[in-house]
Amino acid sequence: MEHTKRLKINNDLGLHGRAAAKIVELTKKYKSKLYFKKDGHQEVDGASILSILTLACPRGTEIEVRAVGKDSKELLNEVDLLFKNRFGEKR
Amino acid sequence: MNDNAVTEGTTLKGIAVSPGIIIGRARVVDRSQQKIIYQYLINDEEVGREVERFKEALQLTKNQIMDLKNRMSDQIKEHSFILDAHSMIVDDTMVSDTTINTILEEKINAEWALKKSLQKIKQLFKEIDYEYIRGRINDVENVTERILRNLTGKGYESLSKIKEKVIIVAHDLSPADTSELNTSMVMGFITDMGGKTSHTAIIAQGLKIPAVVGLESATNYVQDGTLLIVDGYKGEVIVDPDDDIIIAYQERKLYYDKYISSALRLSYLPAETPDGYRISIKANIEFLEEASAAKDYGAEGIGLYRTEYLYLMSKAVPGEEELFQDYKQVAEIISPDQVTIRTLDLGGDKFLSYHGFGDEVNPALGLRAIRFCLKEPSIFKSQLRAILRASAYGKIRIMFPMVSGLEELLEVKKVLHEVMKELEKEGVKYDHSIKVGAMIEIPSAVMVADSLAAHLDFFSIGTNDLIQYALAIDRVNEHVAYMYDPYHPAVIRMIMQTVKAAKDNGIEVALCGEMAGDPLCTALLLGTGIDELSMNTGAIPLLKKLIRSLSYEEAVENLNEILKLTTSKEVREFIAKKTETLLPEIGVEGLSLNMATSNS
Repeated sequence: MEHTKRLKINNDLGLHGRAAAKIVELTKKYKSKLYFKKDGHQEVDGASILSILTLACPRGTEIEVRAVGKDSKELLNEVDLLFKNRFGEKR
Repeated sequence: MNDNAVTEGTTLKGIAVSPGIIIGRARVVDRSQQKIIYQYLINDEEVGREVERFKEALQLTKNQIMDLKNRMSDQIKEHSFILDAHSMIVDDTMVSDTTINTILEEKINAEWALKKSLQKIKQLFKEIDYEYIRGRINDVENVTERILRNLTGKGYESLSKIKEKVIIVAHDLSPADTSELNTSMVMGFITDMGGKTSHTAIIAQGLKIPAVVGLESATNYVQDGTLLIVDGYKGEVIVDPDDDIIIAYQERKLYYDKYISSALRLSYLPAETPDGYRISIKANIEFLEEASAAKDYGAEGIGLYRTEYLYLMSKAVPGEEELFQDYKQVAEIISPDQVTIRTLDLGGDKFLSYHGFGDEVNPALGLRAIRFCLKEPSIFKSQLRAILRASAYGKIRIMFPMVSGLEELLEVKKVLHEVMKELEKEGVKYDHSIKVGAMIEIPSAVMVADSLAAHLDFFSIGTNDLIQYALAIDRVNEHVAYMYDPYHPAVIRMIMQTVKAAKDNGIEVALCGEMAGDPLCTALLLGTGIDELSMNTGAIPLLKKLIRSLSYEEAVENLNEILKLTTSKEVREFIAKKTETLLPEIGVEGLSLNMATSNS
């Protein structure tokens, strides 16, 4: 099973340390694998905090998120929610 | 430059931060890089063992990080995410899988393979355009360093285990490092990093041992056991000196020691000028244990009791009772003189280095001191309760650090009054007329000093931070530390403005930065009409002696001239010229040489 979605980064700091850590934490709760792809770049492992950081995504970046596995739909939904909540950040 | 090249008699120049001369052997505290050797593994069995060894080191590293996290107290748990992130870095494929693959494919040892992984990651981070993300490479380095130490079985070297008298040589020392030092075994400090007001400087002055910081590359020249001469007057370190130099320094040392002890004999006398102007000289202390030494050195009270130590030492935020006992003892030792207790100035460099957080991009402008306290009212209130309770046992004043404006001050005072009411309700004794003051150390506070004065009993000008903020100089950045300049006309005007606001409102004004203990600045500060100078204990005898030989009337005249000068060079030269004959050789030489090097 595979699901994809294009998500936009809405918090001021972009995909910084804390946000990346939250994503990695989320992936640990699911069996499915998570991948991120920024336009013009290689796809990276969503369970690797360093890969997410080196994607270097400031506010406003859109990325292609792909979840693969049995619970990929649920995982993708949660990731979507996390992005929409600006990773729990105020701005 | 060659690593570890020891050239006979090489003189390294740095910044003198604590006076004295010592000759002794080096003990290098390696907090930065591990030396890594390359090893080729001969057979698959070895390769398999190497992978296992690496996995064990990863597990151990994770356990250590979790242990660190568990030891954090509840109040600061919200910062624990950084440790979670560190744990994730250990697990990250770029670290773990990549290294294991390298071991398997290239048949090399784990240390070398890990180093290769780190280099790859560094390369990736280098290309990132955003400073706040690029800076996270520090976390990766921190984590790989920890894994390396676990691989080599070295663990983190503990400074508490030092058993012989040594000169500590380090790239940099954190408050956590120095707090575990067996200080009786340390003759002096030299570090690559740091400036006049760095933590190492403050500790060395408190211990009255010489220190030279900002040497940039001392750790490259010095190895364990290297013979060193540390000249804490000139800010020089001589590596592996020959016999002639050693003898010359022995003589110098004797001369200075003799001079200091003569100043010490007279230090019980008040700091009163021949024309009858008296200024109060007090000590800055960091630990309870320093209080009696301060008295012996002639301090007329404690002008600044920094209260961070207990917080940095304990694994959790210390309880009210522990704080109360500590404050009460200091008050009792110093009684009948006064102790000015500064409330918690955590955050900034101290908080961060102790807990290993690299969270704030700009900690000096971040969540520290009263900002932190207002955000953590339970920590703040428990300290205020402890201070107030202790005020029943001696003369105590409360001082708030980092006040930036009136709203903030009123908010802080509101908390103080709440705590007072609580104590009253509970029937607990405290000094109801306790004096409340603020550190003036942010330029905005200087500008609104007149409105702050109406709500306070005293000011204490904290020149270390004031200079840092006014001149935009990061005092621990070795590249700009030399620009840290107390003679800058802007600094002098700010001091004058603060003093005037205090006088206009009839409140007392003190000065408690490094400037207070700087003999050259004394002549300048005397003329301002400041009521009190608070300094590191070691500087008191000399300063008192100096003030007893200066004329107040002349100091006022000189200050009027100084206020017309437009560059710090002119200011410095003017003061040096005026005080040439008065300043004892010891002060002039050490300081003027420092100034000369920082000018070039």
